[in-house]
Amino acid sequence: MTQELEKTTPAGDPIADPGLPEHQYRPQDVDPAQEKRTERQIATMFGVATLLLLGFCVAYFTIDQDALIFVNGAGTGGWSAMNFTLGLTLGGALLLIGTGIIQWAKKLMGDHEIIEMRHPARSSEEDRSAVMADINAGIEESGIGRRPLIRNSLLGALGAMGLPAIVMLRDLGPLPGDKLMHTVWKPGMRVVNDVSGQPIRPSDVEVGQLVNGQPAIFFETDDEGHAVMHGHDVLNAKAKAAVILVRMRPEDITPAEGRENWGVDGILCYSKICTHVGCPISLWEQQTHHLLCPCHQSTFDLADNGKVIFGPAYRPLPQLPLAVDEEGYLVAVSDFPEIVGPSYSFLDRDQKKLDEEMA
Amino acid sequence: MSQTYTPVERTATGKKLAGPVGWLDERLGLAGPAKKNLRKVFPEHWSFMLGEVALWSFVVLLITGVFLTLWFDPSMAETTYTGSYRPLNGVEMSVAYASSLDISFDIRGGLLLRQMHHWAAHLFIAAMFVHMLRVFFTGAYRKPRELNWLIGLGLLMLGILGGFSGYSLPDDLLSGTGLRIADGMIKSIPLIGTHVSFFLFGGEFPGDQIIGRLYMVHILLIPALLLGLIAAHMLLLVYHKHTQFPGPGRTNENVVGYPALPVYIAKAGGFFFIVFGVIASMAALFTVNAVWIYGPYNPAEVTAGSQPDWYMGFAEGALRIFPPLEWSWFGSTWAMSVFIPGLGFLGLLFVALGVWPFIERAITRDEREHHLLERPRNNPTRTGLGVAGMTWFGLLWIGGGNDVIALKFGLDLNAITWFLRVGIFVGPVIAFIVTRRICISLQRKDNEVLTHGYETGVIDRSPDGGYSERHAALPIEKQYAVTSAKERPKAIEAPELVDENGVDAPRSRRERLRHRMRRFYYFGSGAVDKPTAEDMAHAEEHLRGSNEHPIELGEDFQGVSETGVPRVH
Repeated sequence: MTQELEKTTPAGDPIADPGLPEHQYRPQDVDPAQEKRTERQIATMFGVATLLLLGFCVAYFTIDQDALIFVNGAGTGGWSAMNFTLGLTLGGALLLIGTGIIQWAKKLMGDHEIIEMRHPARSSEEDRSAVMADINAGIEESGIGRRPLIRNSLLGALGAMGLPAIVMLRDLGPLPGDKLMHTVWKPGMRVVNDVSGQPIRPSDVEVGQLVNGQPAIFFETDDEGHAVMHGHDVLNAKAKAAVILVRMRPEDITPAEGRENWGVDGILCYSKICTHVGCPISLWEQQTHHLLCPCHQSTFDLADNGKVIFGPAYRPLPQLPLAVDEEGYLVAVSDFPEIVGPSYSFLDRDQKKLDEEMA
Repeated sequence: MSQTYTPVERTATGKKLAGPVGWLDERLGLAGPAKKNLRKVFPEHWSFMLGEVALWSFVVLLITGVFLTLWFDPSMAETTYTGSYRPLNGVEMSVAYASSLDISFDIRGGLLLRQMHHWAAHLFIAAMFVHMLRVFFTGAYRKPRELNWLIGLGLLMLGILGGFSGYSLPDDLLSGTGLRIADGMIKSIPLIGTHVSFFLFGGEFPGDQIIGRLYMVHILLIPALLLGLIAAHMLLLVYHKHTQFPGPGRTNENVVGYPALPVYIAKAGGFFFIVFGVIASMAALFTVNAVWIYGPYNPAEVTAGSQPDWYMGFAEGALRIFPPLEWSWFGSTWAMSVFIPGLGFLGLLFVALGVWPFIERAITRDEREHHLLERPRNNPTRTGLGVAGMTWFGLLWIGGGNDVIALKFGLDLNAITWFLRVGIFVGPVIAFIVTRRICISLQRKDNEVLTHGYETGVIDRSPDGGYSERHAALPIEKQYAVTSAKERPKAIEAPELVDENGVDAPRSRRERLRHRMRRFYYFGSGAVDKPTAEDMAHAEEHLRGSNEHPIELGEDFQGVSETGVPRVH
């Protein structure tokens, strides 16, 4: 198989090709005892692999799924005994099989390097002309060049074939319409604690505190005790309606014109959904009144109308005007006057419509 | 070992094989192609294994993925969890999340499968990235392999999409946050984004469709495309024959290595078990994507330190450091601070990688086929550009974890962001300049070692008391490998911009641009020319003199290590 190389020096090369180094024989090639030993080693690897795979099956049936190992002194932590044993028996068996095969290839199989000549990727000139002639004959005989009427009408029909495929996608989902304009907040709807569903009195919120809130409708039940909203309706609504309540010292707050009465005793309510790409914002820096989004670090100043002071968000955090109902609980005065959530391709149109509605 | 000249039909194996080979060949006629390929030669180098890691990780993904589909239920219907993981008992969640918990806690070995699948995905994409860097830095994408480079980019892109669609499936809090961000990115596409988002999610985010749709993409569409492209990638590899590093006996016209049957098949096949075994051991020892800790998705909750899997990290970083930029135009909103970093940077990366081989060829106008790999130092501009790209990617990656970095290193988050905003422009330029200089210096070092020998570590004392270190010539094989690897730079001629009548030649502007690009590209390749035959003859004469010293170094001598012990090989 081995071809003798011509020892040539390409023009300008200072050193002539010394050719392939002399073949080095391995211990296994010259010493039968060494060869036998290697054979035994490899067979042992395969044998142990088989045992490990059997061990995998035994472990599968005998180990309790909840059993933990390596539990630390405090009685916490710990690894799943099942996962650990199954993984290591399987992994060990695979590694032994792989190592065995590679050892076989490296130490026992013939190891003479072979030289194969390359051929240019291109075909021969004759083949090329033949192909071109064939293509030409095809074009000629079909008359595709001479009959533009047929060709173009066919291309048109084939192009139109894409239409059903695209049109069929129409029912992937409803059109956006004005769904992103509104949330479930209505005038007079209570702001409730997002875990307990309890309504909140101004006195429940201390200065510097942040409370995660939700509209009360998520927790309301009808006459028969069924939830008014459930399943995905809640998740979809939550993705827009989640809010945070923060209480600051009233003298720290600098409300914009028209927002002077949106808070109650220094309690302000903002959308929890970041105006950047919609992560729920929850990192509250009490001293600076800054709210930081944990996803992309947009920072909003809640004492200054939710203005963006750092990060990639562009629009300020929408504020929900608050009031207190006759029982003394915090309620929304209206829906958000600004669109909540991430910017979308026709947000500007929706915002203008919303402004008209609000006015 | 022993060569026999008995016709194969008369050997013991031949007699056994004749039946099945004949049966198959009479029906498939495969003896022709098989004759060419069964003993096909593959060259050896550790870096050629990187692509293999990717290939075998993909096979592990297929195997573990098939098992996972047996138990995973991609439904977004709400259910109440009653499985054996107590902290979430009685919690409302989607069926998809509940079935992920069941796989983790109630199916024996299910956790192992999940973790193997996830680790294999990490390894798959990481191996593809590193394989791509190997191909880039050694110039393996050059003619005739440009199309295979593009196929490789397609594989990388699909791998990333496969990874993203896969880790979104369990519908846990972390992956839901990832989908939320993806939704924000889609909504930012000018004019049509909101519609695309509503179609993908089947209405408003999160809706009850997306997991089922991603499931189809993840287990059918992407694997099918990946399989097709992998097949094309491998077929082209076989057709072109693998590239090799220059060395004694290795030329642009041959390929030196071991035959596919049996050595290479055994090594590559054995390596599959190694990759599989490493993944299984990782799944046994290291937790990955512990979805039970995150809890079910809730659009009103998020955990601090939320991060995507590492391969999406650079896009995440771009989103984080981009300054606010948004404008409105006749009712449409152009959320550029989401669209440009979120989708634009990803596009920029892949377009830049895709067009590079063609740009390089337009500059060099090199029509030759290249089967010998280039040492990165011998092409300083390409290597510099590659490192600049890696720097850009790495800085964005740091951006993707800026909150964690700020916390762990006690740094100011906003300062990191500002550093990166400037850094992604300045960093790659510095990296480019420094890398190019290092490459040029390494070429000079090569020349020095060739013409003055390597430092043996042996100190000679001369009769008059002076000390000097003895230098010895490199072995001839190494001399050849170093010199033959390097092409002599071509003279860069100024383009003829005016014809004989003094009129601007046609296309003179294009020629001028190309001239400038050539000067940029060949900078450094021309600065250090490799020694000529005369230089080497000089060197040989000079170094031959060292044999006159009283101590013979001997043929096996390989220099002395820093501790003074002679090196042995």
